Amino acid sequence: MIRMQPSVENAQTIAESDAVAVERTLAGDRDAFRVLVERHSHNVFRLAYRMTGNRPDAEEVVQEAFLRAYQKLGQFAARANFGTWVYRIAANYAIDRMRQRKKEEARKVEPTVHEEGTENDPVTLVHDAAPTPERLTQNIELRKQMEIALAALSHSERTAFVMRHWEGCAIEEIAQVLKSSSGAAKNTVFRAVQKLRLALQPFVGRGTQARAMGTES
Amino acid sequence: MKHMTEEELIAYREGVAAERMVIAQHLAACEECRAELERIETVLAALDTLPVPNPGDDYGRRVWQQIAPRLPERPAQWWQAWFEPKRLAAVGIMATLLVAAFIAGRSMRDPIRLDVATKEQIRERVLVVAVGEHLGRSEMMLVELSNAEPLGPAQKRVDISAEQHRAEDLLEENRLYRQTALKEGDANLASVLDDLERVLLDVTHSPEEVTPAQLEKIRQKIEARGILFKVRVVGRELQERQKATKPAPAQKDSKESERNKA
Repeated sequence: MIRMQPSVENAQTIAESDAVAVERTLAGDRDAFRVLVERHSHNVFRLAYRMTGNRPDAEEVVQEAFLRAYQKLGQFAARANFGTWVYRIAANYAIDRMRQRKKEEARKVEPTVHEEGTENDPVTLVHDAAPTPERLTQNIELRKQMEIALAALSHSERTAFVMRHWEGCAIEEIAQVLKSSSGAAKNTVFRAVQKLRLALQPFVGRGTQARAMGTES
Repeated sequence: MKHMTEEELIAYREGVAAERMVIAQHLAACEECRAELERIETVLAALDTLPVPNPGDDYGRRVWQQIAPRLPERPAQWWQAWFEPKRLAAVGIMATLLVAAFIAGRSMRDPIRLDVATKEQIRERVLVVAVGEHLGRSEMMLVELSNAEPLGPAQKRVDISAEQHRAEDLLEENRLYRQTALKEGDANLASVLDDLERVLLDVTHSPEEVTPAQLEKIRQKIEARGILFKVRVVGRELQERQKATKPAPAQKDSKESERNKA
């Protein structure tokens, strides 16, 4: 699981410093908001990219999330965590963006190809055996299947999976974004993993066999 | 030995299992469940290798440059949130209920009506009328959704975005009525509204364009919950209650005419 959580002390320092920046922004110091944008942009981008699956949409989500956060800053309780709050705004906007995108591309059957080339092939990051031509083909195939499987999830399933599995968000936080109960949010995480498993198990199994074969040869 | 379900293992893996210790103890003793968990792990580990591009060290600065010209001089004040369309709609519903309750309250001052309708009956009637209309609109949306079809034989997907937007609006209202029903101690009504809320949530969380198979699933969910039936039954009950709580104008008229005669 890839989670980039700051340490407890670090998180506390950031939250305190965020609270000061929020107060200064509310007092009319617009540049104070810049600190918040520069501090949280990377995290929000990571969430947005995982939710939307492509860079242009993710960048749009980041910009929109900070714009909305600025506009609604008056409603934000300064003692709460700004990072969590802007994260939630981004997740909500990413859902809207995914809906919009799905509508635009409803008739496209082929999944979007990642802008990164095979040099970033995810499977090569975990497998230590030397790549064979068969493995390389299967790795590209596996990555394609993973993208298809993620794209096939409903917006709420993808949101719940990204927020829980990759971003380590609490179920209550996910429930707030999905506007559902905690129980329903938990079920959505479960449904997402179950669907991903159903779609990817055959390919992952094949990859395992291929790895064994590759090592032997 | 009773094995763990897939749901329990996924919940355990994702750190959301209620009985974490029980599952951990079972896993320590059960090879079969351990193997099943490992299969789940393999899929999730493969997904973890999907890369996220690095937007660059100066990304935060670039975001700021892009949004800074679009930022207003000052963030909006907290009270301005009350003028957002969704809030205004909710405030509108509350205002309607309050005005209706006020009018009902004023009519209570008429001593002739005191023996006809109690304060509680009038308050109930206000809720009954408003919820009855809400249920009617919900029923209509669900029926339309159940009957949705692709526009032509060439179309593979069904556009349910209109129903979805209506479901979003109904969801806001539904929450308000469910809370009011709970406050009024009407557990049955609150329970049906709770069921309806789950269905509305399902609809709002579905894609805007669905395949016939996905649409069938939504229909099955609606059917499985029996929500249309429940909504109709409660709707009829509310109509009956509305009749029962209605003041009897005939009595008033006869008394008034007697007074006029005198």
